[in-house]
Amino acid sequence: MNKAEQIPNQVRIPWGTAVSISWTGLKRRLFRSLITISGVVLAIAFLSYMTINEAVLGALVQINDPALNASLQQHGVDVFTAGSVDPMLRLLIGLALLTSTVGILNAMLMSVTERIKEIGTLKCLGASDPFIVKAYLIESTMQGGVGSLVGVTAGSLVAIAVSLFNYHGHVFSAFPWGPVGRDMAAAFCCGIVITVVAAIAPAWTAARKQPVDALRIDE
Amino acid sequence: MNDTLISARDVSKIYTMGAEKVHALRGVSLDIQRGEYVSIIGPSGSGKSTFFNMVGGLDTPTVGEVIVDDCRLADLNSSQLAWFRCRRIGFIFQSFNLINTMTALENVAIARIFAGATPSEARKDAAKTLERVGLGHRLDHLPSEVSGGQQQRIAIARALVNEPSIILADEPTGNLDLNTGEEIISLLAEMKRNLGITIITATHDMKMLSASDVVVTIRGGEIDNVATKDELNITIGSIDGETVMKE
Repeated sequence: MNKAEQIPNQVRIPWGTAVSISWTGLKRRLFRSLITISGVVLAIAFLSYMTINEAVLGALVQINDPALNASLQQHGVDVFTAGSVDPMLRLLIGLALLTSTVGILNAMLMSVTERIKEIGTLKCLGASDPFIVKAYLIESTMQGGVGSLVGVTAGSLVAIAVSLFNYHGHVFSAFPWGPVGRDMAAAFCCGIVITVVAAIAPAWTAARKQPVDALRIDE
Repeated sequence: MNDTLISARDVSKIYTMGAEKVHALRGVSLDIQRGEYVSIIGPSGSGKSTFFNMVGGLDTPTVGEVIVDDCRLADLNSSQLAWFRCRRIGFIFQSFNLINTMTALENVAIARIFAGATPSEARKDAAKTLERVGLGHRLDHLPSEVSGGQQQRIAIARALVNEPSIILADEPTGNLDLNTGEEIISLLAEMKRNLGITIITATHDMKMLSASDVVVTIRGGEIDNVATKDELNITIGSIDGETVMKE
């Protein structure tokens, strides 16, 4: 008698447990994680710097103070277009994000290659394909979260510091809290999205790996 | 009493490598009884590992079928195979295959988590199993912080924690010194005796054969000989503290 139909599907690992397993792995592979995170930090710091700088300059132009306008022009700001959408700036940001996405994709693919035997072992222990995908996506979300947080903080601080250095007290008198907050939130979400998107293909590659092929690889 | 747990029927495995076809197994048929300790021996490339992979649900035969506990493995989907590997099989590898970033306790507990245990249950069961293999004092050590023999004990605890019916051990003493290898062999024999687990090992280690009920010789992808321990007439001696075995 064939009892195949009596064999149940593998249990689903709860999200909380998967998050805890991924977090422990990330902490213990800190150096490797930092390489991936650094790509996110650079991209998001650049994005935050550009958008916040644009918002602050737009607010300074709105003050319409001749002395301030002169100072703005001295620093190469076009007072007639500052604060409006600059297509070149958008293109530059887009290219930076694309480059960062490719970098993260590469780092994640390297991580799959380095951990191929571990993936094979986990599959021997009963890890299902969805668990492997879940674990990789959780890891990338965490890396994206940490990288975005650091990137947003660094980019915003540098943008504000440069503005303060150039325009002194005017910056706080007209500081655009709303747009800056919105730009920071958007940059943070953008960082997580590009990291998760970049992790989808490596996660899928890892999950589809046959355990017998994964175990055959010599470390 | 005949109580067949594993039945391989006319199993062949052909790998295609470019234009060449490699026959890893050629029509292997073998029955393994529940609770037996079976050693599979043969030269490198003879098909031992391929046979292992078939029984463990890690690979599928090109021709023939493998039936474990009345279940035809080819009929299982990937999720069922994951369940099968988790609950029915305990894997032990020559190079231990522990997760380097996990402690001994976590390495064992992860297998319980895959079986559906909560993290606290898993840690409790893992601690108990590590205690059983004599590593109760090494729970929080990373694999890199313990000896090779202790790493293999962690791997044995990981293989045992879900109470499988079969343990597949691929050269379990291959990376260990003489004395540590003997300890691992007696630990496996004890598991077979006390828990009734069917143990299948691929080995070059003659000491391993003395603990076996059945020794299967594979050559060129075919079964060359199946013999009981008595038929092989293995004797163990010792010269200056070194174990010497004769067939």
